[in-house]
Amino acid sequence: MTSGVYRWMLLIVCTLALPSVSLADWGALNMPVGVTEISGKVYELHMRIFIWCCVIGAAVFAVMFYSIFKHRKSKGAVSADFHESTTVEVIWTVVPLVILIVMAIPAAKVLIQMEDFSDSEMSIKVTGYQWRWQYEYLDEGISFYSQLDPAHNVARQADAGIDVGEIENYLNEVDNPLVVPVGKKIRFLHTAADVIHSWWVPAFSVKKDSIPGFINENWAKIEEPGIYRGKCTELCGRDHGFMPIVVHALPQEEYDTWVSEQKMKTVSTDIDAIRQWSKAELVATGEQVYGANCASCHQKEGQGIPGMFPAIAGSEIVNGDIGKHVSTVRDGVADSPMQAFGSRLSDVDMAAVITYQRNAFGNSTGDTLQPSHLRSLRQGARQSALDLPQNKLKGVN
Amino acid sequence: MSYSDKAHDHPGHDEHDDHHHGPAPGLMRWITTTNHKDIGSLYLWFSLIMFFIGGAMALVIRAELGSPGLQFVDPMFFNSMTTMHAIVMIFGVVMPAFVGLANWMIPMMIGAPDMALPRLNNWSFWIMPFAFTIMLSTLFMDSGGPAGGWTLYPPLVLQMGDSFAFVIFAIHFLGISSVMGSINIVATIFNMRAPGMTMMKMPMFVWTWLITAYLLIATMPVFAGAVTMLLTDRFFGTSFFSAAGGGDPVMFQHIFWFFGHPEVYILILPAFGIVSSIIPTFARKPLFGYDSMVYATASIAFLSFIVWAHHMFTTGMPLAGELFFMFSTMMISVPTGVKVFNWVATMWRGSMTFETPMLFAVGFVIMFTIGGLSGLMLAITPADIQYHDTYFVVAHFHYVLVPGAIYSLMAATYYWIPKWTGNMYDEKLGKLHFWISTIFVNVLFFPMHFVGLAGMPRRIPDYNNMFADWNFIATVGAFGFGFSQLLFVYIILKCVKGGEKATDEVWEGARGLEWTVASPAPYHTFEVAPAISPDTVTR
Repeated sequence: MTSGVYRWMLLIVCTLALPSVSLADWGALNMPVGVTEISGKVYELHMRIFIWCCVIGAAVFAVMFYSIFKHRKSKGAVSADFHESTTVEVIWTVVPLVILIVMAIPAAKVLIQMEDFSDSEMSIKVTGYQWRWQYEYLDEGISFYSQLDPAHNVARQADAGIDVGEIENYLNEVDNPLVVPVGKKIRFLHTAADVIHSWWVPAFSVKKDSIPGFINENWAKIEEPGIYRGKCTELCGRDHGFMPIVVHALPQEEYDTWVSEQKMKTVSTDIDAIRQWSKAELVATGEQVYGANCASCHQKEGQGIPGMFPAIAGSEIVNGDIGKHVSTVRDGVADSPMQAFGSRLSDVDMAAVITYQRNAFGNSTGDTLQPSHLRSLRQGARQSALDLPQNKLKGVN
Repeated sequence: MSYSDKAHDHPGHDEHDDHHHGPAPGLMRWITTTNHKDIGSLYLWFSLIMFFIGGAMALVIRAELGSPGLQFVDPMFFNSMTTMHAIVMIFGVVMPAFVGLANWMIPMMIGAPDMALPRLNNWSFWIMPFAFTIMLSTLFMDSGGPAGGWTLYPPLVLQMGDSFAFVIFAIHFLGISSVMGSINIVATIFNMRAPGMTMMKMPMFVWTWLITAYLLIATMPVFAGAVTMLLTDRFFGTSFFSAAGGGDPVMFQHIFWFFGHPEVYILILPAFGIVSSIIPTFARKPLFGYDSMVYATASIAFLSFIVWAHHMFTTGMPLAGELFFMFSTMMISVPTGVKVFNWVATMWRGSMTFETPMLFAVGFVIMFTIGGLSGLMLAITPADIQYHDTYFVVAHFHYVLVPGAIYSLMAATYYWIPKWTGNMYDEKLGKLHFWISTIFVNVLFFPMHFVGLAGMPRRIPDYNNMFADWNFIATVGAFGFGFSQLLFVYIILKCVKGGEKATDEVWEGARGLEWTVASPAPYHTFEVAPAISPDTVTR
């Protein structure tokens, strides 16, 4: 091949690469150092092994390229005859082994420290759902769900027509961030309700799988206040790419204030759950709940995806007996992606979304479901659970 | 050794009857053939077609990832593209292509007239097109194709729609095909060697395939067991992998990776064999450290069985387990390093020329080493916890599989196609193919290291703007690499149709029995076992 062809290829590649290179976000090149002691140590390990790899690679390639340029037939090289040497085989077995031992020792030390969950000062249970996180502060009794910010959720839809490049922290913002104090050893307990998820915050060097039926441990002691962002890193279905993690690390006093605010909120939620709601109010709330919880499978217009996710529009369950509708949403459908929303939606949200579904997408049952009704239903269920032994005796389910 | 019905009928005079049995005419030749060369060609054509199907899926993925936001496909379809791309490339491209090369070359390398079990050979090929028809047909079902990743982790995989049973069924058949192919290769190598072709005189390609075949026989049934348990969990009420019924979803991962890690060596050991054949030819110097190459291959195979859980460092293993798997994984870099050093030592003070096969082989050594070094980084468990399930991992395994395994296949094609067709390929176009591919494959995969380290998870259809630039570059590389493979097909077709006639030896420095037969290789070779002399063995 002529050198002219080489030059052409080089030119093409440079032309293609140039506009991108000049715009490139050079920050997106390496692992972040992070804000915990562990993440700093992990970064050091990463850089150390990286440099070893560069040195080894450079040495091997240097010898190789020297040979490629010097020992070629066109330069009159005549091939030598040697083809084995036990001595060099031993050398290039032992030398790498020594390098590995030198690397393995600090790596093992960091690993042992990472796996030391003792003396934690507070515990947060993190539960993965398709496709949101639930955070439960085991010591404070605070619990809430955290999912992709509604504005981002609208923007990311294929037909939204919104330039996502304009959105700050696109796909990295949530409705309710996890709030934690700095300087405390926080123990995270990871589990999942449906499929396996994985909770990753790079700045803490914390990544652990959330596995249904099992609880995994992890910990972080954050050194600097700030907002830290992460992602789900285990493929968990359609919206795996859309369940970000946002952590607000606050100084202790600000964290304490936040905790007391959260406790106040619980009281007002209780009032909402017992008051009478108008149909319009329920439909308005329900539309939001639908968008956040139902639309990714059943679709924005309730048309579903044939063969995979049934339609809400014209659905027999939605247009039929309201009791069946409630139990489907509350308990889910076995062996299907339809999960039990009973523990995830408040009475208000559940009543709202059911009312909305029964009065939208061409469904016109005209029904209104009050949160208080669900509340009494639940209390009734508790009652009948107590009655269960008797029922069994009668042969009634 | 009855390699044809004719010879079987007349066992008395099988020395001069090769003019009796050329190939049967027409389509039936290919359906009923038991000839190792025909079956080898079938495997190779099949994998070439699948290469473009799997490649098209990769381009769907890269098109969607070209810029942030959802442009072209639904996230569900995106997931089934990543899943299918992996299944097609692993089970439909790399494995069948290596089996095709084994069929063509192993009998010719060891002086055997055919494979030991010719009818089994026919069957093990012909299962595959049907298995893949079933597999690919799931993409047209209402529920879509499998979308839970090629690793098929429960409980997610159990949410798959109607296509689930079809996918499991197809996997079973692919497994049966692989195991039968492997049994055939083992039987051939142990029973069909020409007198004097001792084990330690076999070409490295034969050695690496012998070890690969054992890996396949050992692990494919394990995989079959795992997917069968998924099947009964879904349809027959068992709870192997459901915690609610007393099972354990992580158990599946252990079983899967007990298959899956040896599997990645199944995808690379034959590549080592190919490169170990090509480099000595073009360096005009025997392979350096033949014995240590054999031992290194065997060590890698052994170690591959005790490192599986390094795919699972985030699943919450006990500390002792994490330490064990970190150390054992790091150990693998020792025999792998020995191989790389031996290749470099083979080149050292040789008399090298750089025809296309050599270019691809040298490209393999360089870029496989890059992939191997990032593999060593991944072995460091605390760092792996950051790398795990990010694009850094995607970059790593694509470096060992594309400029690794796929490059070895291209090198092998250019190296042996003169022997297969009797014609030389177009050297200028071959070199052009190498340089275009090499530029684009690096534009495609190198930026993935950066976005991975900076925090981009794998298997996501949409991402934050901070990853936009590198993803755009990778997409440019993907389309460049993908379309430049059309040149590969053109070169192959041109070579099949005609071209400068190849000599029997083809390459100046070539040694080994396959170069002692005519070009193109006659339909039946070595009906009489060849004499083994120092000139006709590779060492």
